[in-house]
Amino acid sequence: MPVSGDRYQSLVGSGVGRAVGRRLGLPVPPRLRRHQPGMPAVAGPVLVGEARGGRLGDPARAALRSMRARALAAPPDPVDGDRGGLAALVYDASGIDSSERLRAAYDFFSPLLRRLDPNGRVVVLAGIPEQAVTARAAVAQRALEGLVRSIAKEVGGRGSTAQLVQVGEGGEDSTESTLRFLLSARSAYVSGQVVRVGAPGAGEVVRPADWEAPLVGRVAAVTGAAGGIGEAIATTLARDGAEVLCIDVPTQGPALSAVANRIGGTSLQLDIARPEAAARLGDHVAERHGRVDALVHNAGITRDRTLARMSPEQWDSVIAVNLSSQERITAELLDRELVGRGATIVCVSSVSGIAGNRGQANYAASKAGVIGLVRALAAPARERGATINAVAPGFIETAMTAAMPVVIREAGRRMNSLAQGGEPVDVAETVAWLASPASGGVSGNVVRVCGQALIGA
Amino acid sequence: MLGGNRIPFARRDGPYALVGNQDMLTTALDGLVSRFGLAGERLGELAAGAVLKHSRDFNLAREAVLGSALAPETPAYDVQQACGTGLEATLHVANKIALGQIEAGVAGGVDTTSDAPIEINENLRRLLLDLNRTRSMAGRLRLLGRLRPGQIVPEIPRNAEPRTGMSMGEHQAISTRRWGISRAEQDEIAAASHRKLAAAYERGFFDDLLTPYLGLERDQNLRPDSTPEKLAKLEPVFGDGPDATMTAGNSTPLTDGAALVLLASEEWAAERSLPPLAHLVDAETAAVDFTSGADDLLGAPLYAVPRLLARNGLGLQDFDYYEIHEAFAAQVAMTLKAWRDPTFCAERLGLDEPLGAIDRERLNVNGSSLATGHPFAATGGRIVATLAKLLAERGSGRGLVSICAAGGQGVTAILEAG
Repeated sequence: MPVSGDRYQSLVGSGVGRAVGRRLGLPVPPRLRRHQPGMPAVAGPVLVGEARGGRLGDPARAALRSMRARALAAPPDPVDGDRGGLAALVYDASGIDSSERLRAAYDFFSPLLRRLDPNGRVVVLAGIPEQAVTARAAVAQRALEGLVRSIAKEVGGRGSTAQLVQVGEGGEDSTESTLRFLLSARSAYVSGQVVRVGAPGAGEVVRPADWEAPLVGRVAAVTGAAGGIGEAIATTLARDGAEVLCIDVPTQGPALSAVANRIGGTSLQLDIARPEAAARLGDHVAERHGRVDALVHNAGITRDRTLARMSPEQWDSVIAVNLSSQERITAELLDRELVGRGATIVCVSSVSGIAGNRGQANYAASKAGVIGLVRALAAPARERGATINAVAPGFIETAMTAAMPVVIREAGRRMNSLAQGGEPVDVAETVAWLASPASGGVSGNVVRVCGQALIGA
Repeated sequence: MLGGNRIPFARRDGPYALVGNQDMLTTALDGLVSRFGLAGERLGELAAGAVLKHSRDFNLAREAVLGSALAPETPAYDVQQACGTGLEATLHVANKIALGQIEAGVAGGVDTTSDAPIEINENLRRLLLDLNRTRSMAGRLRLLGRLRPGQIVPEIPRNAEPRTGMSMGEHQAISTRRWGISRAEQDEIAAASHRKLAAAYERGFFDDLLTPYLGLERDQNLRPDSTPEKLAKLEPVFGDGPDATMTAGNSTPLTDGAALVLLASEEWAAERSLPPLAHLVDAETAAVDFTSGADDLLGAPLYAVPRLLARNGLGLQDFDYYEIHEAFAAQVAMTLKAWRDPTFCAERLGLDEPLGAIDRERLNVNGSSLATGHPFAATGGRIVATLAKLLAERGSGRGLVSICAAGGQGVTAILEAG
């Protein structure tokens, strides 16, 4: 039984259930490979292609060398029972400057998609359309989004993912942390996403001494760390070497203590919705750590009710905890210069904030507001040499989703390209990538961790 | 004094009824560890105790370390001085730090009045031991003849002095009458304790001193709307006749809980960016002859404080805060009255002048045992942590701690900040 309690997956995943499922044409959710310590950065050979005139092929190959991945220019012939599968396809499309030249992308992908192994990775590197020199180039670059999202939907059935990475002019050397994340098992539940790297004025990239522990010597603060996704985030950041300040409400005190002790961090009992909470957090950070290098706004509550029946308290509390407190805390730490040079801020939004959801007008408003916060603070953060991004989880198996009515839960689980819910660690790994000092070139993004859910885009 | 952690105190047979001393102590310890990031660290020692203790908890403090997130290489030992346990344990750790024998340590205590260490009847116990010692079958059969039906009734620990057979409340009732403490004054002290504790919770004073546990976020005994008028309606439970003034409201209730404090040297604290809240300056313990009636059972601090003040060249008024453990409201009133009383100060304390009155506004400003409850060995840790934080918030100052204990003993201490 997978960690999530997804009984359907375990039923049709093997044995009699699998045979029956096939006969009935039922979807079989692929078993996703997730990162374990000691795993190589990429699971197998990577085929790298490019359209003529591109600028991202060499940086990609350099990153693959750094990852000790085997980069091929042509697919290997099947030999000795090895069917010559590829773990990843990386395509530099930045040279495509007209709609006619999009044919190059077709020429690369059409023969190769069947060679992609299960749990495979597709990454298309491109330019930022707004930076294109000509209008025709901008059109072609924008078209790549439709191509990549469709590839993601086609390969999802075998647990594979596809993303588009738009690299700004001059940002070619900022791509390694993103490639490492997207090509590895850490991004198992991220698919169909567009990530912007090295946008104008993006921060500097600091390569870690050890890519397995990029947060050594850095202080992370995680709100809502006592359980669920917050606990996974705190645990993963600690695994990556950070000293983690775990924050949650006093009611969660014992669980919060247990998390902090398990990961060698510290605990701070604080109700972030209280007006004095930002100042208290600032005082604590100033006194005990001097600064925060990775600030993760994860704390969030739901008070679901259709808007017509929602009480003022249900509206106010969700906005206060999920959004207003994030604004206050971020402002406090930035104003008091408690955010270190090269710091990273990650806010947890939600697919619900992108697409809306019946019964979650308050939650969706707050989560959409979080996206607004990231966009509004991208420039001020840049001035301080910091990055700010949002992650938007889709259907993640937690206590919150376990409590949903079964029909709604099943629907939520299946309505994505990977046909299953994600795990808290999937969100945590995405946060860890964004929090890494090597991701200094990644800012202002909203990255969904949703297995390419059907709703929204 | 770097800080402390306790769990909210629960009433007897309440939320902590099934938990037991070791679990409560370990929980308080883990909360302290996470607050200060000590997981996996070897500390100098943990000194803690419990008054009502199972015999299987002979190594209570050590077992708490082994069950906690501290490194198992942290030594630990148990301390027992009745209600003075928590403060006495604090002094042990502080003294070792001052001598340079250890760099950092944790001290405090725990008690449960729900999970009582019930023992079998004493005659039965002796019989069983004799059975164990006797080799012959005939001898054993003879011994079985000593069995009596009444031996089924277990021994339940009583809060009574072994030599007098009287409970602590009954002892204090004698003192209350002797010192002439009025019902009204006792109820006023009790109501103030609840009111001040409620206010402290409201402003978040305990947010970094307390970890909620098993559904309790505040001390279960707290009655925020307590008033002297409401307390006046209660029937006396100690003492006889019209002089009986001690009620359940102005006596501490039986409660369960644990409290610990973290102490360290300046260097150890600086290395970890942990700002000290206050310093433990000096301490004095005292004991009185209460069995002959010469002194009050809970009157030992009356003697300890003058000696402490004399050694430090201080007057009773030279303090910004006073933390006097509210074993009974009458005990606090009696203590303050004694220090004002010229006869007592001259004849019993050997002083030229009475110590004098204190500013009541500085007494137990965040409430004390009458409101929080009093798990015997936990009170020292609760009071020390509270006082240290009060002094830190004020920026500078001096505080006096006075705790009376069963067996006619008392522990007192001076804390300073800035």
